[in-house]
Amino acid sequence: MSALLASAAPLTGGGEMSTGESVAFWILGPVALAGGLGMIFSRNAVHSALWLVMTMLSLGVIYMVQQAPFLGFTQIIVYTGAIMMLFLFVLMMVGRDASDSVVEVLRGQRLTAAVLGVGLGGLGVAAVAETLAAVGPLGLGPGYGPEARGNVQALGTSIFRDYLLPFELTSALLITAAVGAMVYTFAGRARHQHAGQRERVLERLRGPLGGYGSRSGPGVFATADSVATPALLPDGSVAPASLSKIIEATRRERLDADIADVRSTSGPAGEVDARALRGDGSGGGVDVGSTHDRLVEGEHEGTREDTESTESTESGASR
Amino acid sequence: MTPVPPPIGYTQTLIADDPFWLTLIKVVIVFGALMVVTLFMIWFERRVVGRMQQRPGPNWNGPFGLLQSLADGLKLAFKEDIRPVLADKAVFFIAPVLSVVPAFVAWSVIPLGPEVSIFGERTALQLTDLPVGVLVVLACSSIGVYGIVLAGWASGSPYPLLGSLRSAAQVISYELALGLSIIAVVLYAGSLSTADIVAAQQTGWYIWLLPVSFVIFAVSMVGETNRAPFDLPEAESELVGGFHTEYSSLKFALFFLAEYVNMVTLSAVATTLFLGGWMAPWPLSLIPGVNEGWLPLVWFLGKTLAFLFVYVWLRGTLPRLRYDQFMRLGWKLLIPISLLWLMLVATLRVLRAELTTGQILVVGGVALVVLVGAALLLPDQAPPEDDPEPPVVADYPVPPLDLEVPTTPKRRRRAVAPAARDEPGDAETVAAGAGREGDS
Repeated sequence: MSALLASAAPLTGGGEMSTGESVAFWILGPVALAGGLGMIFSRNAVHSALWLVMTMLSLGVIYMVQQAPFLGFTQIIVYTGAIMMLFLFVLMMVGRDASDSVVEVLRGQRLTAAVLGVGLGGLGVAAVAETLAAVGPLGLGPGYGPEARGNVQALGTSIFRDYLLPFELTSALLITAAVGAMVYTFAGRARHQHAGQRERVLERLRGPLGGYGSRSGPGVFATADSVATPALLPDGSVAPASLSKIIEATRRERLDADIADVRSTSGPAGEVDARALRGDGSGGGVDVGSTHDRLVEGEHEGTREDTESTESTESGASR
Repeated sequence: MTPVPPPIGYTQTLIADDPFWLTLIKVVIVFGALMVVTLFMIWFERRVVGRMQQRPGPNWNGPFGLLQSLADGLKLAFKEDIRPVLADKAVFFIAPVLSVVPAFVAWSVIPLGPEVSIFGERTALQLTDLPVGVLVVLACSSIGVYGIVLAGWASGSPYPLLGSLRSAAQVISYELALGLSIIAVVLYAGSLSTADIVAAQQTGWYIWLLPVSFVIFAVSMVGETNRAPFDLPEAESELVGGFHTEYSSLKFALFFLAEYVNMVTLSAVATTLFLGGWMAPWPLSLIPGVNEGWLPLVWFLGKTLAFLFVYVWLRGTLPRLRYDQFMRLGWKLLIPISLLWLMLVATLRVLRAELTTGQILVVGGVALVVLVGAALLLPDQAPPEDDPEPPVVADYPVPPLDLEVPTTPKRRRRAVAPAARDEPGDAETVAAGAGREGDS
């Protein structure tokens, strides 16, 4: 790079290009142009973005050759590194196979576009050619040439001293835009919805799905672990959602102890004291395995009628 | 004791008149050295992590197992190169190249040592010195992201795509913090050139002068290289292998190479910016002549290796962060702190230029008093409202929050007691497991 920079002779004097600069230009120019054309003509959106990246990189290197290394690297960092990366980010969300439709929707659109495009290009070229012929290159001013070791200091002086007000106004505008985007993004979302872990747990315990959350660990509280054991609602009836369609359920009589337990501790509509559930039906002791044992020792035939009587909608599939 | 630092831009003029053959030699040496360092790093990482996990690590091939990574690399090259049917052919091929080339390019601006003489030619141990050298490093890392992002996209598979999306977000966020932490260094050094930054640290390393910048740089350095605990783009437990899931053989090797070269690059940059580059550490720096000739190369490599060790240490110690925690750390902690610190540093620079020490102390004292007064005026944080115990859910028994786990009934323990007699400590576990078997 430094060899390239050194070989690109300082432009401070006049308009003629040095050999190194010419070589760099005739390599980078076509590459940049190819990038632009590729961006227009490729069908895939991500390929388009990549062609554009190539153009931007070439432009960055051209800036470096033109004694503006700061501008060149800023171009690479800001445009290719940040802006195009954000474009890619969005494009990747669109999906890999999303390609442009080649069907012409408007009649004669392509022809009109070609004519207008060529016309615009012709205007641009004419204007630039006129400018090039009429105005001679002046070269870099003091503080910007190679003798200043890059133009960072001069740029800093320009931006933060001579043009401070426009710079600050621009940044204020950008910040306003960014804040506005954030406001629109988060508008309507209440603050309390950013719940912490504790709030989420409480929400789950209180919420409509409270009963069907994850179960307690083995041996901790549940009266039985078997999927054949239906869950009981506070009034003692079998919870329909707990009945499996492919597994025979336990006979209802075997749950009498638990039902009685639930009923005795609280009324049918009242609140259940979870600490009162012991699972053994006897109302005392800490033997948590007793209901389970009772269930696995018993026979499982003849349960279909019971579940049918409890919940008719589930019955058809219970075999 | 401290020699006069060379004028700003001295290294650039020194390198500018290098003949072509010398530049070529430097390029080849930097390239070869990075390849060897990568092999070394893989071995080093496996050995150090092995030692941290109380196992030997690779120790069979070559002395201390040094040739293990060479053998692995050869094996990798001979594996079958698979390209998924759904992959985007061109981009699938370009991605690893885009990932590895910038990693190498960034090394062109790292100053490895001071002025030396190579075959009678006076030059500096540095490939090139640009007036905007630090930006080269940032530009290279921002191009390197393309490799990862495109790899994930081109694979045509959901896990790599997720990995690449994460990577894009991650590297953009942490590059901001990285750039902000560099600005303070540039403010003090008065130049963006890496060689000038090293020369400016002759009187004191910036790690002492700008500790906050150093910490932020060190954290975002890990985030920027996708290393543990910030290796979300390739999180094995969530994304199989992340962006390189579909890659194999040499293409995978290129990603591997890029990751390790990036690690070494950023370690070298951190050394250059904050640890005085190739300068000798303090007690040694008192010896005259220790910062001249080829010897500084040793200090430079030593400091870089220290950073690399920290990388490995982090990997061996810390679990991976959750994605939202990671982004919060970047955007809500590192960047605001960077901005505040930058403002402080800039203010101090201006004050130092325009005020005397006494005036600075007075102004600082007044500012401190005002700040403390303002802090006292702030209302106390509201006490957390008393949260009643959550009501027990009515339709399914849920364990109360203060439930005590009952002990296992004796009856059950007795049932499996003969089998568990050999291991009395595990009796309860076995009993519980045996009890659960009856459920099925």
